[in-house]
Amino acid sequence: MWQEVRSELHPHGLEIVTVALDVEGAAVAREFIDAAKAEHPSLIDQGHVLDKLFGVVNVPNSVWIDENGMIVRPAEPAHPPRSPIMEQLRAMDTSTLPPDLADVLNMAKKIRHEPDTYMSALRDWVARGADSPYALSPEEVVTRSHPRPLTVAEAAAHFELGQHLHRAGAIEAAQAQFREAHRLQPDNWTYKRQAWNFVSPVVQGPTDVYESSWAEDVRKIGAENYYPALEMEPRS
Amino acid sequence: MLLESLSVDRASFAQGTGWELKPEGACKGEICVPLPAEAVHNGTVDVAAVAARLGMPLVHDEGAGLWSLGPESAPTGRALTTAMAPELELPDVGGNPFKLSSLLGQKVLLIAWATW
Repeated sequence: MWQEVRSELHPHGLEIVTVALDVEGAAVAREFIDAAKAEHPSLIDQGHVLDKLFGVVNVPNSVWIDENGMIVRPAEPAHPPRSPIMEQLRAMDTSTLPPDLADVLNMAKKIRHEPDTYMSALRDWVARGADSPYALSPEEVVTRSHPRPLTVAEAAAHFELGQHLHRAGAIEAAQAQFREAHRLQPDNWTYKRQAWNFVSPVVQGPTDVYESSWAEDVRKIGAENYYPALEMEPRS
Repeated sequence: MLLESLSVDRASFAQGTGWELKPEGACKGEICVPLPAEAVHNGTVDVAAVAARLGMPLVHDEGAGLWSLGPESAPTGRALTTAMAPELELPDVGGNPFKLSSLLGQKVLLIAWATW
């Protein structure tokens, strides 16, 4: 998906760097990266450091960085021009599927997807740089980055411990740390989905281990809010 | 950052947290937060003292014998303390180390994704 954007915009000065937030690392991410035939750096983030460093709370998310290493847009939903997964999903007849899977897929169909808004802003920034109305000032970048009260920083500390314990094979101890991370930062989908996926792959359904599930949490906030609306109004 | 002890050297602290400890205080990008005198002694960082000043939580796991030091929350109350991109060093899919700063001079679209 992103390789297409790279082919279009690399001649105009944009490089793409993809980062897979996966505790299990290249072992699970490699097949997707190989299939994408990516010409850009494709990195592996086993520690979810992008959450800590940039305030990423869901995927796909993007951060725009200018030639001088200044962030001009903090982490926000990233919408590629074509999303084969969403296209397949929209075309899918879910009526014959098991109810829990159908429920998840029907909700996923309602997720907000704004490729036109996203891509026209991206193209404008690549063409015009600092003169683009979509390039934010350093102050706006900090202000628009994800809120981080002490509880959110604590969630990060618990999540890091959880990953360490998970890798060391202390699964139950890891789950206790993941639960604490979820409680402290309920709007962080990367913490939740990573942990849910270990016990309920793909569907991320209800289990004895975690209090909530993907379907339950998405229903609570409304599928259309799973990715917040882009704030791509041109800067005045 | 995971720690076995609450005393670490300056370089490890900077590597793990992105905060450089300088005479003027703890610094990230153009932001410097003054520190109490006892926070750094002979190049050794009193992690609890710096953590308290920057709003970094310390979570202790007795079973594992580890401390987990969370990111700063005090300077701005946001995920970013500064708009200067932090150094990001991660392996690529082939296991080779890659630094984000190697792309200075180009615009970069950094994309977070996942298989789950």
